[in-house]
Amino acid sequence: MMDIILPELGEGITQATVACWHVQVGDKIHVGDEVCEVTTDKATFNVEAPASGRLKSITVKSGQDGLVGGVLGIIEQL
Amino acid sequence: MDMIVEDWGMVDYMTACQRQKRMVDMVIAGQCGRLIFCEHLPVLTLGRLFKQESLLVAQQAIEQKGVAIHSVDRGGDVTLHAPGQLMVYVILDLNFYQRNLKKYLERLEQVAVDLLRDFGILAVSIPDKRGVFVPMSLRKIVSIGIGVRKWVSYHGLGINVNTDLSLFSLIKPCGLDVQMTSMAQLLQHPVSMEQVKRKWTQLFSNVFKVDIV
Repeated sequence: MMDIILPELGEGITQATVACWHVQVGDKIHVGDEVCEVTTDKATFNVEAPASGRLKSITVKSGQDGLVGGVLGIIEQL
Repeated sequence: MDMIVEDWGMVDYMTACQRQKRMVDMVIAGQCGRLIFCEHLPVLTLGRLFKQESLLVAQQAIEQKGVAIHSVDRGGDVTLHAPGQLMVYVILDLNFYQRNLKKYLERLEQVAVDLLRDFGILAVSIPDKRGVFVPMSLRKIVSIGIGVRKWVSYHGLGINVNTDLSLFSLIKPCGLDVQMTSMAQLLQHPVSMEQVKRKWTQLFSNVFKVDIV
Protein backbone atom coordinates (compact mmCIF):
# COMPACT_ATOMS: atom_id res chain seq x y z
CA MET A 1 0.00 0.00 0.00
CA MET A 2 1.17 3.52 -0.71
CA ASP A 3 -0.47 6.73 0.47
CA ILE A 4 -1.16 9.59 -1.93
CA ILE A 5 -0.08 12.59 0.12
CA LEU A 6 -1.04 16.24 -0.35
CA PRO A 7 2.46 17.70 -0.84
CA GLU A 8 3.91 20.90 0.53
CA LEU A 9 2.67 23.73 -1.70
CA GLY A 10 4.54 26.57 -0.01
CA GLU A 11 4.85 28.15 3.39
CA GLY A 12 1.57 29.25 4.91
CA ILE A 13 -0.50 26.80 2.85
CA THR A 14 -1.80 24.21 5.30
CA GLN A 15 -4.71 22.75 3.37
CA ALA A 16 -6.32 22.57 -0.05
CA THR A 17 -9.66 21.50 -1.45
CA VAL A 18 -9.86 18.49 -3.71
CA ALA A 19 -11.45 19.88 -6.90
CA CYS A 20 -11.72 16.54 -8.68
CA TRP A 21 -10.26 13.07 -8.98
CA HIS A 22 -8.94 12.13 -12.42
CA VAL A 23 -9.15 8.40 -11.58
CA GLN A 24 -11.70 6.20 -9.87
CA VAL A 25 -11.32 3.51 -7.24
CA GLY A 26 -10.18 0.36 -9.00
CA ASP A 27 -8.39 2.18 -11.84
CA LYS A 28 -4.85 1.18 -12.70
CA ILE A 29 -2.38 4.02 -12.30
CA HIS A 30 1.30 4.53 -13.00
CA VAL A 31 3.82 6.38 -10.91
CA GLY A 32 3.76 10.05 -11.91
CA ASP A 33 0.18 9.97 -13.23
CA GLU A 34 -1.88 12.96 -12.18
CA VAL A 35 -4.54 11.44 -9.96
CA CYS A 36 -6.37 14.43 -8.58
CA GLU A 37 -6.51 18.22 -8.69
CA VAL A 38 -6.49 20.30 -5.52
CA THR A 39 -7.12 24.00 -5.27
CA THR A 40 -6.09 26.78 -2.92
CA ASP A 41 -7.55 30.28 -3.12
CA LYS A 42 -5.83 31.18 -6.41
CA ALA A 43 -4.04 28.08 -7.62
CA THR A 44 -4.87 24.60 -8.76
CA PHE A 45 -2.32 21.83 -8.40
CA ASN A 46 -2.30 18.34 -9.86
CA VAL A 47 -1.20 15.65 -7.41
CA GLU A 48 0.81 12.76 -8.83
CA ALA A 49 0.73 9.07 -7.98
CA PRO A 50 3.76 8.15 -5.84
CA ALA A 51 3.69 4.55 -7.08
CA SER A 52 2.14 2.31 -9.71
CA GLY A 53 -0.78 0.08 -8.85
CA ARG A 54 -4.52 0.35 -8.47
CA LEU A 55 -6.40 3.10 -6.65
CA LYS A 56 -7.68 1.26 -3.58
CA SER A 57 -9.57 4.07 -1.88
CA ILE A 58 -10.22 7.78 -1.86
CA THR A 59 -9.78 9.38 1.55
CA VAL A 60 -10.61 12.99 0.64
CA LYS A 61 -13.47 13.23 -1.83
CA SER A 62 -14.11 16.02 -4.35
CA GLY A 63 -15.21 19.15 -2.56
CA GLN A 64 -13.56 18.15 0.72
CA ASP A 65 -10.49 19.76 2.28
CA GLY A 66 -7.24 17.88 2.79
CA LEU A 67 -4.34 18.82 5.02
CA VAL A 68 -0.83 19.29 3.66
CA GLY A 69 1.01 16.08 4.52
CA GLY A 70 -2.28 14.25 4.90
CA VAL A 71 -3.53 11.24 2.95
CA LEU A 72 -5.76 11.91 -0.06
CA GLY A 73 -6.07 8.31 -1.20
CA ILE A 74 -4.39 4.90 -1.11
CA ILE A 75 -2.71 2.95 -3.90
CA GLU A 76 -2.59 -0.83 -3.79
CA GLN A 77 0.70 -1.86 -5.38
CA LEU A 78 0.30 -4.82 -7.72
CA MET B 1 17.12 30.49 -17.04
CA ASP B 2 15.80 31.42 -20.50
CA MET B 3 12.25 32.37 -21.44
CA ILE B 4 10.59 33.01 -24.77
CA VAL B 5 8.03 35.79 -25.16
CA GLU B 6 5.05 35.12 -27.43
CA ASP B 7 2.31 37.53 -28.44
CA TRP B 8 -0.84 35.72 -29.51
CA GLY B 9 -2.86 38.88 -30.18
CA MET B 10 -6.64 38.43 -29.97
CA VAL B 11 -7.28 34.74 -29.44
CA ASP B 12 -10.23 32.55 -28.51
CA TYR B 13 -10.09 31.71 -24.79
CA MET B 14 -10.33 27.93 -25.13
CA THR B 15 -7.79 27.92 -27.95
CA ALA B 16 -5.41 29.76 -25.65
CA CYS B 17 -6.01 27.14 -22.94
CA GLN B 18 -5.18 24.31 -25.34
CA ARG B 19 -2.03 26.08 -26.53
CA GLN B 20 -0.95 26.61 -22.94
CA LYS B 21 -1.41 22.92 -22.15
CA ARG B 22 0.85 22.01 -25.07
CA MET B 23 3.44 24.45 -23.80
CA VAL B 24 3.24 23.02 -20.30
CA ASP B 25 4.06 19.61 -21.79
CA MET B 26 7.00 21.17 -23.64
CA VAL B 27 8.35 22.77 -20.47
CA ILE B 28 7.88 19.52 -18.52
CA ALA B 29 9.94 17.90 -21.30
CA GLY B 30 12.76 20.38 -20.61
CA GLN B 31 12.15 23.27 -23.00
CA CYS B 32 12.42 26.82 -21.73
CA GLY B 33 9.44 28.66 -20.29
CA ARG B 34 7.06 30.98 -22.12
CA LEU B 35 5.75 34.43 -21.30
CA ILE B 36 2.59 34.86 -23.33
CA PHE B 37 0.57 38.00 -24.03
CA CYS B 38 -2.90 37.98 -25.53
CA GLU B 39 -6.40 39.40 -25.36
CA HIS B 40 -9.76 37.67 -25.46
CA LEU B 41 -13.20 38.56 -26.74
CA PRO B 42 -15.66 38.95 -23.83
CA VAL B 43 -15.70 35.74 -21.80
CA LEU B 44 -16.43 34.81 -18.22
CA THR B 45 -14.23 32.11 -16.77
CA LEU B 46 -15.28 30.17 -13.72
CA GLY B 47 -12.35 29.00 -11.59
CA ARG B 48 -12.42 25.98 -9.30
CA LEU B 49 -13.77 28.01 -6.38
CA PHE B 50 -16.65 29.47 -8.42
CA LYS B 51 -19.80 30.19 -6.44
CA GLN B 52 -23.10 30.63 -8.25
CA GLU B 53 -23.82 33.84 -6.31
CA SER B 54 -20.80 35.42 -7.98
CA LEU B 55 -22.89 35.71 -11.17
CA LEU B 56 -25.14 38.74 -10.70
CA VAL B 57 -27.15 38.08 -13.87
CA ALA B 58 -28.72 34.83 -15.11
CA GLN B 59 -26.35 32.74 -17.19
CA GLN B 60 -28.68 32.79 -20.20
CA ALA B 61 -28.89 36.60 -20.13
CA ILE B 62 -25.10 36.80 -20.00
CA GLU B 63 -24.75 34.57 -23.05
CA GLN B 64 -27.39 36.65 -24.87
CA LYS B 65 -25.07 39.63 -24.43
CA GLY B 66 -22.48 37.72 -26.45
CA VAL B 67 -20.35 36.85 -23.43
CA ALA B 68 -19.22 33.21 -23.43
CA ILE B 69 -18.90 31.29 -20.14
CA HIS B 70 -16.31 28.58 -19.50
CA SER B 71 -15.37 26.52 -16.47
CA VAL B 72 -11.59 26.39 -16.24
CA ASP B 73 -8.88 24.59 -14.29
CA ARG B 74 -7.41 27.57 -12.48
CA GLY B 75 -7.77 28.66 -8.89
CA GLY B 76 -10.19 31.36 -7.85
CA ASP B 77 -13.80 32.30 -8.58
CA VAL B 78 -15.28 34.08 -11.62
CA THR B 79 -13.54 36.71 -13.70
CA LEU B 80 -14.15 38.53 -16.95
CA HIS B 81 -11.79 38.79 -19.89
CA ALA B 82 -12.42 41.30 -22.66
CA PRO B 83 -10.54 43.32 -25.26
CA GLY B 84 -8.29 45.91 -23.66
CA GLN B 85 -7.41 43.55 -20.83
CA LEU B 86 -3.86 42.25 -21.22
CA MET B 87 -3.68 38.56 -20.40
CA VAL B 88 -0.28 37.42 -19.19
CA TYR B 89 0.11 33.66 -19.20
CA VAL B 90 3.27 32.32 -17.61
CA ILE B 91 4.49 28.81 -18.36
CA LEU B 92 7.29 28.46 -15.85
CA ASP B 93 9.04 25.56 -14.16
CA LEU B 94 8.49 26.25 -10.46
CA ASN B 95 11.05 23.61 -9.56
CA PHE B 96 13.49 26.50 -10.00
CA TYR B 97 11.46 28.69 -7.61
CA GLN B 98 11.38 26.57 -4.47
CA ARG B 99 8.09 24.88 -5.40
CA ASN B 100 6.20 27.53 -3.51
CA LEU B 101 2.81 28.55 -4.90
CA LYS B 102 2.33 31.39 -2.43
CA LYS B 103 5.70 32.96 -3.23
CA TYR B 104 5.08 32.53 -6.96
CA LEU B 105 1.74 34.35 -6.75
CA GLU B 106 3.35 37.08 -4.62
CA ARG B 107 6.10 37.55 -7.21
CA LEU B 108 3.60 37.84 -10.04
CA GLU B 109 1.67 40.42 -8.05
CA GLN B 110 4.91 42.26 -7.33
CA VAL B 111 5.62 42.56 -11.06
CA ALA B 112 2.11 43.97 -11.56
CA VAL B 113 2.55 46.48 -8.71
CA ASP B 114 5.93 47.58 -10.14
CA LEU B 115 4.43 47.89 -13.62
CA LEU B 116 1.58 50.08 -12.44
CA ARG B 117 3.98 52.23 -10.43
CA ASP B 118 6.02 52.84 -13.58
CA PHE B 119 2.85 54.14 -15.22
CA GLY B 120 2.18 56.43 -12.25
CA ILE B 121 -0.44 54.27 -10.53
CA LEU B 122 -0.08 53.39 -6.85
CA ALA B 123 -1.31 49.82 -6.40
CA VAL B 124 -0.89 47.14 -3.75
CA SER B 125 -1.39 43.42 -3.36
CA ILE B 126 -3.55 42.21 -0.48
CA PRO B 127 -2.42 38.73 0.56
CA ASP B 128 -5.74 37.39 1.85
CA LYS B 129 -7.62 38.68 -1.21
CA ARG B 130 -5.07 38.08 -3.98
CA GLY B 131 -4.81 40.26 -7.04
CA VAL B 132 -3.76 43.89 -7.21
CA PHE B 133 -5.81 46.79 -5.88
CA VAL B 134 -5.70 50.56 -6.14
CA PRO B 135 -6.06 51.84 -2.58
CA MET B 136 -7.00 55.40 -3.59
CA SER B 137 -10.20 54.21 -5.24
CA LEU B 138 -10.55 50.86 -3.41
CA ARG B 139 -10.85 49.15 -6.77
CA LYS B 140 -9.24 46.07 -8.23
CA ILE B 141 -7.12 46.38 -11.36
CA VAL B 142 -5.38 43.01 -11.78
CA SER B 143 -6.87 39.54 -11.34
CA ILE B 144 -4.77 36.44 -10.83
CA GLY B 145 -5.32 32.71 -11.03
CA ILE B 146 -2.96 29.87 -11.89
CA GLY B 147 -2.80 26.16 -12.50
CA VAL B 148 0.19 23.89 -11.88
CA ARG B 149 1.07 20.50 -13.41
CA LYS B 150 4.25 18.70 -12.39
CA TRP B 151 5.32 22.02 -10.88
CA VAL B 152 4.97 23.87 -14.19
CA SER B 153 2.64 26.87 -14.02
CA TYR B 154 0.02 28.01 -16.51
CA HIS B 155 -2.73 30.64 -16.61
CA GLY B 156 -1.64 33.90 -14.93
CA LEU B 157 -2.97 37.44 -14.71
CA GLY B 158 -5.41 39.79 -16.38
CA ILE B 159 -4.35 43.44 -16.30
CA ASN B 160 -7.08 45.93 -17.08
CA VAL B 161 -5.31 48.30 -19.43
CA ASN B 162 -8.08 49.74 -21.63
CA THR B 163 -10.85 47.28 -20.70
CA ASP B 164 -14.51 48.23 -21.13
CA LEU B 165 -15.39 47.91 -17.44
CA SER B 166 -19.17 47.85 -17.89
CA LEU B 167 -19.20 44.07 -18.36
CA PHE B 168 -17.86 43.57 -14.85
CA SER B 169 -21.35 44.50 -13.64
CA LEU B 170 -22.34 40.93 -14.59
CA ILE B 171 -20.25 39.41 -11.82
CA LYS B 172 -18.69 39.73 -8.40
CA PRO B 173 -15.09 39.71 -9.65
CA CYS B 174 -13.23 36.85 -7.94
CA GLY B 175 -16.27 36.53 -5.66
CA LEU B 176 -15.48 39.87 -4.04
CA ASP B 177 -17.72 42.87 -3.45
CA VAL B 178 -15.29 45.11 -5.27
CA GLN B 179 -15.42 47.33 -8.32
CA MET B 180 -12.87 46.99 -11.07
CA THR B 181 -10.82 49.75 -12.62
CA SER B 182 -8.36 50.05 -15.48
CA MET B 183 -5.15 51.90 -16.21
CA ALA B 184 -7.02 54.00 -18.80
CA GLN B 185 -9.72 54.94 -16.30
CA LEU B 186 -7.18 55.96 -13.66
CA LEU B 187 -4.90 57.83 -16.06
CA GLN B 188 -7.84 59.27 -18.02
CA HIS B 189 -6.34 58.33 -21.37
CA PRO B 190 -5.86 55.14 -23.40
CA VAL B 191 -2.66 53.30 -22.61
CA SER B 192 -0.37 51.70 -25.19
CA MET B 193 -0.68 47.94 -24.89
CA GLU B 194 2.75 47.56 -26.49
CA GLN B 195 4.33 49.73 -23.80
CA VAL B 196 2.67 47.65 -21.10
CA LYS B 197 3.95 44.43 -22.69
CA ARG B 198 7.50 45.80 -22.96
CA LYS B 199 7.49 47.03 -19.36
CA TRP B 200 6.01 43.77 -18.06
CA THR B 201 8.70 41.76 -19.88
CA GLN B 202 11.47 43.89 -18.40
CA LEU B 203 10.10 43.79 -14.84
CA PHE B 204 9.26 40.08 -15.02
CA SER B 205 12.81 39.36 -16.18
CA ASN B 206 14.18 41.27 -13.17
CA VAL B 207 11.90 39.79 -10.52
CA PHE B 208 12.12 36.17 -11.76
CA LYS B 209 15.76 36.46 -12.82
CA VAL B 210 15.15 35.05 -16.30
CA ASP B 211 16.79 35.91 -19.61
CA ILE B 212 14.35 36.74 -22.36
CA VAL B 213 15.51 35.06 -25.58
